[in-house]
Amino acid sequence: MAATLEKARVSKEGEFVVIDAKGMHYPELNVLIEDVINQGAKKLKLINVNGQRFIADGLRGDYYIEIHGVAGDDLGAFANGPTIVVYGNVQDGAGNTMNAGKIIVHGDGTDIIGHSMRGGKVFVRGHVGYRVGIHMKEYKDQVPVLVIGGTAGDFLGEYMAGGRIIILGLQRLETYPEIVGDWLATGIHGGAIYLRDEVDEDKLGYGAKFEELTEEDLAFLRREIEEFCSYFGGDVDEIMNAKFTKVVPLSHRPFAAMYSDSKEAGH
Amino acid sequence: MVRNFPPDFIVRVDKEACINCLRCVRECPFGVHEYDKEKKKWKRHHEKCVACLRCAYMCPTQAISIEKHPMEYSPHPVWTNKVRKDIKTQAETGSVILTAMGNELPYLNYFDRLVLDACQVTNPSIDPLREPMELRTYIGRKPEKVDLEEDNGVDLKTKIAPNLKLETPIMFAHMSYGSISIEAQLSMARAAKEVGTYMGTGEGGMHVDLYPYADHIITQVASGRFAVHEEYLKRGAAIEIKIGQGAKPGIGGHLPGTKVTAEISQTRMIPEGSDAISPAPHHDIYSIEDLSRLIYALKEATRYKKPVFVKIAAVHNVAPIAVGIIRAGADAVVLDGFRGGTGAAPQVHRDHHGIPIEVAIASVDQRLREEGIRHWGSIIASGGIRSSADVAKAIALGADAVYIGTAALVALGCTVCKKCYTGKCPWGIATQVPELRKRLNPDEGARRAANLLKAWSHELKEILGALGLNSIESLRGNRDRLRGVGLSDVDLEVLGVKPAGR
Amino acid sequence: MCGLGGIFNRDGKRIPGNDIITMARMMRDRYDGRGGGFAGYGIYPKYAEYYALHLFFRDEEAKEATEEFLKDRVAIIKDEEVPMRNVKEIPKENIVWRYFVEVPHKFKSKKEYLAQEEDYIIDTVFTINDEIDGAFVASSGKNMGVFKATGMPDDVGRMYKIEKYKAYCWITHGRFPTNTPGWWGGAHPFNLLDWSVVHNGEISSYGTNRRYLEAHGYKCRLLTDTEVVAYLFDLLVRKQGLSIRSAAIALTPPFWKHIDKMPEPKRSIYTALRMTYAPAMLNGPFAIIVANRDTMVGLNDRIKLRPLIAAKSGDFVYIASEEAAIREVQPELEKLWAPRAGNPVIARLYDDVREEVIH
Repeated sequence: MAATLEKARVSKEGEFVVIDAKGMHYPELNVLIEDVINQGAKKLKLINVNGQRFIADGLRGDYYIEIHGVAGDDLGAFANGPTIVVYGNVQDGAGNTMNAGKIIVHGDGTDIIGHSMRGGKVFVRGHVGYRVGIHMKEYKDQVPVLVIGGTAGDFLGEYMAGGRIIILGLQRLETYPEIVGDWLATGIHGGAIYLRDEVDEDKLGYGAKFEELTEEDLAFLRREIEEFCSYFGGDVDEIMNAKFTKVVPLSHRPFAAMYSDSKEAGH
Repeated sequence: MVRNFPPDFIVRVDKEACINCLRCVRECPFGVHEYDKEKKKWKRHHEKCVACLRCAYMCPTQAISIEKHPMEYSPHPVWTNKVRKDIKTQAETGSVILTAMGNELPYLNYFDRLVLDACQVTNPSIDPLREPMELRTYIGRKPEKVDLEEDNGVDLKTKIAPNLKLETPIMFAHMSYGSISIEAQLSMARAAKEVGTYMGTGEGGMHVDLYPYADHIITQVASGRFAVHEEYLKRGAAIEIKIGQGAKPGIGGHLPGTKVTAEISQTRMIPEGSDAISPAPHHDIYSIEDLSRLIYALKEATRYKKPVFVKIAAVHNVAPIAVGIIRAGADAVVLDGFRGGTGAAPQVHRDHHGIPIEVAIASVDQRLREEGIRHWGSIIASGGIRSSADVAKAIALGADAVYIGTAALVALGCTVCKKCYTGKCPWGIATQVPELRKRLNPDEGARRAANLLKAWSHELKEILGALGLNSIESLRGNRDRLRGVGLSDVDLEVLGVKPAGR
Repeated sequence: MCGLGGIFNRDGKRIPGNDIITMARMMRDRYDGRGGGFAGYGIYPKYAEYYALHLFFRDEEAKEATEEFLKDRVAIIKDEEVPMRNVKEIPKENIVWRYFVEVPHKFKSKKEYLAQEEDYIIDTVFTINDEIDGAFVASSGKNMGVFKATGMPDDVGRMYKIEKYKAYCWITHGRFPTNTPGWWGGAHPFNLLDWSVVHNGEISSYGTNRRYLEAHGYKCRLLTDTEVVAYLFDLLVRKQGLSIRSAAIALTPPFWKHIDKMPEPKRSIYTALRMTYAPAMLNGPFAIIVANRDTMVGLNDRIKLRPLIAAKSGDFVYIASEEAAIREVQPELEKLWAPRAGNPVIARLYDDVREEVIH
């Protein structure tokens, strides 16, 4: 990376180091981010971002990164600690296999947001697409949380092994006004999904079931919704004052009876 | 209803030799041997016997022998005994038949129809015991050419991409902690370090006991993303994305919660006792450009310091897929043939999907050359490599190196009884049961695994010597030194090999 | 295995090719440089009534043989080399020529011959592709053309001087092939008459679709799964008269579980379409953009295995694999959304754009 280019791209704004990503391809941008961090920056503001991939990929540490524009695929993949705030939409795979940290999206998200997340939180103000929260996990005190202000598409929480997903449905789509798509939580074997609406049982995927919410659930929801409102505004009481549906696994071993051999068949 | 299902094996005990020590009862994890102390009577549950031979070898008086059960259904060439037994099993359970290890159907084994050349008169064969013989192999992307600055001294201008350095072109295949014991993994890790090669973690993460060998360990990112964490990615020598496996192309995997012990839960970073489900596809990869995205996500996360491999099952369209993988940024493509082993696979997939590794190597190597990108990535072959001869033939067909899985386990004591998925491996390999794990001593395991590599490496050198070559790269893709025996014209064409006599 | 984009002006306003090149460039991480292309509608207003045949010739010999054949089949109104720049990234493999042709009058003395005329052009195209060695028809519609080659799409665009053409509908594609080798004819868009298709993904049902089309006289010889999409639209919409919405129900039908719950007569209609067109159903991961003279359609597979984003700004409609591609050419959008899987997004001339709800 030419020094002149860096100079032209990088500036200071209060405690922020600002990078102008206009027209940059992601490898250059990410090298620049790495350089700036190596030089001690803790707070970064990326402006004119449009589709650059892998921002904060594998980044360890409590950095604060603001993104202005459209964040490209796999934002914060494998991230381990940073807080990323996106003023715009995110493309596929934000929070993919994330271990810790936060992603706060002021726009919409597309497919596989939070794929295989193990820890940290993702907040999306608007809608998200298909297979969101697929194969989320949890481990010890790491319980990932995904909060979506709008609606989610099909296969929400597919294979889910842990963590919590909250869909608020505060905005709806014209073409599909329901809060969630079909094959909800199919193959779920851990964690829970909360949907702020009635949900047709027919949408439940293989291995999922509804369960009544407990006081604990409500307390948890209130905490998360408070955090959601702290980012995007909204009245916590008003949001809480609605019917929530909770989806949990039928079993932690959904495929236990699927296989056999002659020895086990009792022959 | 009468269950008319003859056992596969029969346990014969020499009553005169038996001293009623009950050793066999303790040794058999499947409960074949039962002794009623009050009535002082033995009962042998023949139907539970898997012919692992553990009891026979542990019996202090060698009183036990295991034989094929003589009782069979009336012979029929189409409705074989196996077919009939499978149907009865499924009628009983209504479920998918599970099995382990590699494809059992008698498809043609091309390795056994290929012969190696030798020098006679026109060029001298080489004696590898006394003359130099090199097996070192680099796995990873090579540049198109080397640019040197030769004005003042010589300066290397070309940046060489990260490669793995192998002192012998044989690595231990990915077998996860969970599917096999930590003792088995440790055995291979130590052997890999001693011999200068690598082992794969499988998708079970890297147990802390393996950290001292991390420089010789390839980490795996599979569809379940178990243990995938930035530190894990940075710790290993290379990263392998597992798309598919020769033993079960196109389907996912599943470690039952019963096997997710405290230690396994830690290594995989999932709760104890919960099923570890690996989806059939990676759900962030539905197309080749998505694979490219994951490759670069991993390279970005490790700041381009680790080679990234991609493993696929050898399937019909393997050549263009492998080309796409290399173009997508992989530093090596791992081809796993349909004889590849597994700890657990539905029998229908194991036996009926995929293609043999030999033709996969040949077609991928050829296609990469036709496209002028053979140097962009290495080819690692796996799935049914049984001997140094298979290694040599795989390399002559075009592979850079091979992975061995089943062969390595056999070296550790496995007898291929095909019950890995039960978690009750009588030889302490594919199990997490503490009493069974004790049966494999990692010191002894490491010695045997290293010995296997050393013996095959020695044989490879002898093979090279007979071919008049003193370095493995001269065998790589050298199909002129192979001939086919009894193969059809089309087979020969696909393999790029002449028939014997031509 | 790719990235795709489209720009459509609902008022028929023609715009130069710069924006579509920008869209293509923004998705460069999705391609490997083995195929890129564009289709533009409205680019030949002076010759709008003639079929514009874009041809690739491997050599002069192939060109001569083709011209010999064409002379007996059609009236060539004008022919010329397609203007091209030398671009160092793309070795010039082919002679690229365009012919504006009409079907001789004996075939169109009556109105009802029109459909036959189109079949006649299709037959001409298939015959050239099939029987003349080294010749390939890249496109055959009226007032439109396909420009494609082996290379990154922005290089392909520069090579063909796409910025000099004006169209009210542009579609583009960058390829990352895993089935077939990269060759100019194998790049997208695929075209037949008026239909052009760009495709991301794989048609896993190709074998079934191909045999169905072959039974209807189509010849699938392009060594790629995408061609079946163009032919299926031609068969279902042009020949059999289905609307694009109904064709989409045939190609990406709802699951039986949903059809079974529909009220009558909807249920019977969907059941009939799904039963009848079972061999036309497209399975596997795909996002496609299909265009013809007055329409641009974006469509995903039934379970959304490939990305697709649609957007609207005034009289412009955009469809792309990634939002960033759209934002780069039009940062200010009235609406941007990810259509539901299996719902076609249809933009029509002098009409609004809408996502048809079939799922």
